[in-house]
Amino acid sequence: MQASDRFNINSQLEHLQAKYVGTGHADLNRFEWAVNIQRDSYASYIGHNPLLAYFAVAENESIGRERYNFMQKMLLPCGLPPEREED
Amino acid sequence: MYLYSLSLQRATGIVCATYGNFVGGKTQEIVVARGKVLDILRPDDNGKLQTLLSVEVFGAIRSLVQFRLTGSQKDYIVVGSDSGRIVILEYNREKNTLDKVHQETFGKSGCRRIVPGQYLAVDPKGRAVMIGACEKQKLVYVLNRDNAARLTISSPLEAHKSHTIVYSITGVDCGFDNPIFAAIELDYSEADQDSTGQAAQDAQKHLTFYELDLGLNHVVRKWTEPIDNGANMLVTVPGGGDGPSGVLVCAENFVIYKNQNRPDVRAVIPRRTDLPAERGVLIVSAATHKQKNMFFFLLQTEYGDIFKVTLDYDSNDHVTELKIRYFDTIPVTSAMCVLKSGFLFAASEFGNHALYQFQGIGQDTDVESSSANLMETEEGFQPVFFQPRKLKNLVQIDEVESLMPILDMKVANLFEEETPQIFTACGKGSLSSLRILRPGLAVTEMAVSQLPGVPSAVWTVKRSVNDEFDAYIVVSFVNATLVLSIGETVEEVSDSGFLDTTPSLAVSLLGEDSLMQVHPNGIRHIRADGRINEWKTPGKKTIVKVGCNRMQVVIALSGGELIYFEMDMTGQLMEIEKREMSGDVACLDIAPVPEGRQRSRFLAVGSYDSTIRILSLDPDDCMQILSVQAVSSPPESLLLLEVQASTGGEDGADHPASVFLSAGLQNGVLLRTEVDMVTGQLSDTRTRFLGLRAPKLFSALVRGRRAMLCLSSRPWLGYIHQGHFLLTPLSYETLEYAASFSSDQCAEGVVAVAGDALRVFTIERLGETFNQTVMPLRYTPRKFILHPKNKTLVILESDMGALTTEERDTNKKEAIEASGSGENGKMYMDEQENGEGEEEKEDPLPDPQYGFPKAPSSKWASCIRVLDPKAGETTCLLELQDNEAALSLCTVTFHDKELGTVLAVGTSKDLKFWPRKESTGGFIHIYRFVNEGRTLELVHKTPVDGVPTALCPFQGRLLVGVGQILRIYDLGKRKLLRKCENKNFPNTITAIHTYGDRIYVGDLQESFHYVKYRRDENQLYTFADDSCPRWLTASLHIDFDTMAGADKFGNIYFMRLPQDVSEEIEDDPTGGKIKWEQGRLNGAPNKVEEIIQFHVGEVVTSLQKASLIPGGGECVLYGTVMGSVGALLPFSSREDVDFFSHLEMHLRQENPPLCGRDHMAFRSAYFPVKDVIDGDLCEQYPTLSTELQRKIADELDRTPGEILKKLEDIRNRII
Repeated sequence: MQASDRFNINSQLEHLQAKYVGTGHADLNRFEWAVNIQRDSYASYIGHNPLLAYFAVAENESIGRERYNFMQKMLLPCGLPPEREED
Repeated sequence: MYLYSLSLQRATGIVCATYGNFVGGKTQEIVVARGKVLDILRPDDNGKLQTLLSVEVFGAIRSLVQFRLTGSQKDYIVVGSDSGRIVILEYNREKNTLDKVHQETFGKSGCRRIVPGQYLAVDPKGRAVMIGACEKQKLVYVLNRDNAARLTISSPLEAHKSHTIVYSITGVDCGFDNPIFAAIELDYSEADQDSTGQAAQDAQKHLTFYELDLGLNHVVRKWTEPIDNGANMLVTVPGGGDGPSGVLVCAENFVIYKNQNRPDVRAVIPRRTDLPAERGVLIVSAATHKQKNMFFFLLQTEYGDIFKVTLDYDSNDHVTELKIRYFDTIPVTSAMCVLKSGFLFAASEFGNHALYQFQGIGQDTDVESSSANLMETEEGFQPVFFQPRKLKNLVQIDEVESLMPILDMKVANLFEEETPQIFTACGKGSLSSLRILRPGLAVTEMAVSQLPGVPSAVWTVKRSVNDEFDAYIVVSFVNATLVLSIGETVEEVSDSGFLDTTPSLAVSLLGEDSLMQVHPNGIRHIRADGRINEWKTPGKKTIVKVGCNRMQVVIALSGGELIYFEMDMTGQLMEIEKREMSGDVACLDIAPVPEGRQRSRFLAVGSYDSTIRILSLDPDDCMQILSVQAVSSPPESLLLLEVQASTGGEDGADHPASVFLSAGLQNGVLLRTEVDMVTGQLSDTRTRFLGLRAPKLFSALVRGRRAMLCLSSRPWLGYIHQGHFLLTPLSYETLEYAASFSSDQCAEGVVAVAGDALRVFTIERLGETFNQTVMPLRYTPRKFILHPKNKTLVILESDMGALTTEERDTNKKEAIEASGSGENGKMYMDEQENGEGEEEKEDPLPDPQYGFPKAPSSKWASCIRVLDPKAGETTCLLELQDNEAALSLCTVTFHDKELGTVLAVGTSKDLKFWPRKESTGGFIHIYRFVNEGRTLELVHKTPVDGVPTALCPFQGRLLVGVGQILRIYDLGKRKLLRKCENKNFPNTITAIHTYGDRIYVGDLQESFHYVKYRRDENQLYTFADDSCPRWLTASLHIDFDTMAGADKFGNIYFMRLPQDVSEEIEDDPTGGKIKWEQGRLNGAPNKVEEIIQFHVGEVVTSLQKASLIPGGGECVLYGTVMGSVGALLPFSSREDVDFFSHLEMHLRQENPPLCGRDHMAFRSAYFPVKDVIDGDLCEQYPTLSTELQRKIADELDRTPGEILKKLEDIRNRII
């Protein structure tokens, strides 16, 4: 593989990562991956109204409250991030 | 297997709504999105909501806004959906369609985190629209018009901010300055990095203004400021001369006015006194009312209370005070629309929607919280309390029934009617109900009166063509005729000129203002001035049948002679022509005289030799036979119905004028044949079995158009609705004879005879498939079963975070006493004013209106109910104690005990979903049916170590799913005895079905497991499972190898064990046990195959196998959370499959869905669609333009008529 190619792929990947939130990279850790999945899930729940209604019935809340709760959970969906190892 | 999917009842819940002048003109319409259906509603003059148009869009609609270009008279609709596209729609009044004006693609399809579509906001002056996603992306489109005054849309301008969650966006009203959009944003980038949690705690929501610089064509972040961390919604405040501009930020417990360079003005939202302290108050929907010189906002909280918010501001547009006053309480809405005509449309989140009329706009005596008296203490801001009261400012004037959410559904013919009833458990909390659905239109009975004998026929007649209402009701008996005059009251008259000593065969208006009575011995013509002309039958012949319209009369004499009369210029009835038919005439009919013509051209004659002939009435070929049709059985009744050439308008698509000949045959079949307008040739016959009696056909008026009433063993109505011809049963008793009826009290009614009674009724809610009988329930229904022997229903109801009825009653009493003691001064006055002594008589706060008071989420309220659906009464209601919640039930007959059939109910104790699902155990209650199954008696209660989420009878024992464990219990004296178990299920067992010694176990997350029970070894083991993770919400056993299931994401699928595997298992003496012990891929040794896959788009909560028409094939019915009911019909022939899959393919190409989602992609949203043809798409064929219809028909080598007939046929096989 030539040097220019590698540069090309890397730049393409960077472009994707910048454009699409949640695009992974080689050093992605378990926590980051899970956070992404959870945020995607919450966004999907919020977008699909029947699903929201389904949760609202289960929890006996209004759909509006359920939507707000899911939005709030997008902040820290998997609890606190693990401590960073010092490089 | 191939299935045809068809929605029988479209979704009834509403996701979002907007309103404006879409038709053009003065009236306002409401556009509502019901998930994948877009409807336009309008309140009519009587305040009833009518549906103008309903379109299935095959995509999830998530947001709607309306905008108007300056100077325009008409509004456009912008739709945000899951299509990754922005779509602008315009209502086309001529064709009654929604036209796609623009469709711009900006991203991937699907409800994704960063693909816009979730939020929409428009500039109040209609110059730009912003479409946003939950995170990061926001796009702004500039709207303008070109030289030809057409709407143009720019390329998108980005207003992205990464790592930012968006809660709400709205347009800021700043007159004709550059458009500004406001957004509530939360940046999470630091919280993701900080492991101490400090950053997450400090995370602050911001209100950001984005300015679209129209000159530079560029969006800039203009201003951003921290706001309350509970903020969830923004409401635009009028500006640009109408108000101070800026936004209202609705936050948990607060409403805050904010604008750039202005101080915040904050007020607390009043709380209900019984609200637990830890709960906030969140605004979930808002409406703005703007008049010339005033405006106010209506904000509704998650508990249903509406507050009126007003702003005080000075001449410099500085807001000085924000006042929040209690307005009224209605069920929680997903959207509210305040119409100019003084109506409030409330689109409920759950349960029925309503239209209210304003009676007041908030009085001074109500509890008010203001920014001026905001008190801040050390614990935060001081709350303001209020008590909800009766409606004061709103009056409900119409209600639109909604099934949302359907939580369980069963189909059975408990009432022994012609068709089975659909029992649905609907609603949530205080809005819970059991609804019995019957296919057919609802009928409102206006009057029933007994007659002196058994009548044989009834007619209504006007005195003159120009009269608006009918003058007489004429009833014929075996040997007499009774004439009733319609006035203030309906009473018998003798001065009408009708002969009352003979039975009548026909009564009608002739010419301008003369009446005609045909009796067996002659025709009596009563002129307006009282002169009477009689025509007598020759010899001993009698008249047997009559067909007439305003100008023409044809009579059939016994023996088969036809005599044709026509009215001449002087108003005389003249004999024109005779014709001898080969035998007696069974029935005949003439179409009404077409507008602007002298006579109707066709006479239809049915004979007892099972033929129908069309005869000409034109002078040049008078009484010549034009065409003959042989039918399967002698015709009983004929009706020529002209389907009007609708020039479009509000209620019809483009339809060429055509005359249809309907014939009711003696074998109960209705034929509908098209009559060629020129040649009289008959073609394109459609048949439908209506009932056991020969249908009698009558013409009626529906919404001013001619429609057809067919009286078979039940009445049917054939009418045109939104461009479709529908033939629907009426939910009413068997009728003998009917006529349309119009009077002062009832513009479009029907008068009919049945037995010895005369009945007057009207037909309402046209276009609906089902009519409902509603019975209220106490808590959210979870599951129910039918007891076919006792004809009762056993319903489980449970609510999380609710108080039991007992606790509630105590609290309510205390609250009323407390308010009586004057703690809440304003409330006290109210009670004094209008509540004197009324409290004892009626509940001041009915639960369906006000909802249940909230309790901590750990509390459960639950009951078991036995309901007799026929009488509509609850015969037994057991309230569960100690925080138990009933979740599963079944009836079971234990083989070795004397108890007979008992009821098993699985309950949980202290169930909690959050932070993880847990409980302190559960119980299985065993009840005995006593008192003919009307009451329950507890036999015993068995504690189990988890929640028994599924129960099923199995070979005289009880199968129980407890979490991951499948267990067999047998009945003991004191409790159930554990016999056998298998602990290896992946998550939670949610469904169990059995057939022979096979057990089908549905898991919460992992689809079905096929389990075998070996009696000799007393062992349960799984021999097959699914390879896909499926979050099961509903399941249905189809056959020995096949199961149907539905998952949480809105898919329905069928799976089947391959034939060879199934045989192998059955033949193997060990039943595949050795293989089971080996296992495969961490699962069972065999995998089932998916044979059907279909995305419905709504969470399916119940599946049922049923046949809705007598003698029809079985189909699978499903009910969804959005309150829709659909059917999947298996195709019976390969040709049909080919035909419909080709039709579907062409429609996908020629008629792409309205909101830009690709049809195939939608139906394959989670798994590729397999072997299901979408009937909802196919049924859009008649709404296409004529050219397009023909083009598709040509490609299919058929005529459009044949395609329509096919579509009608397949629908008639389902319902």
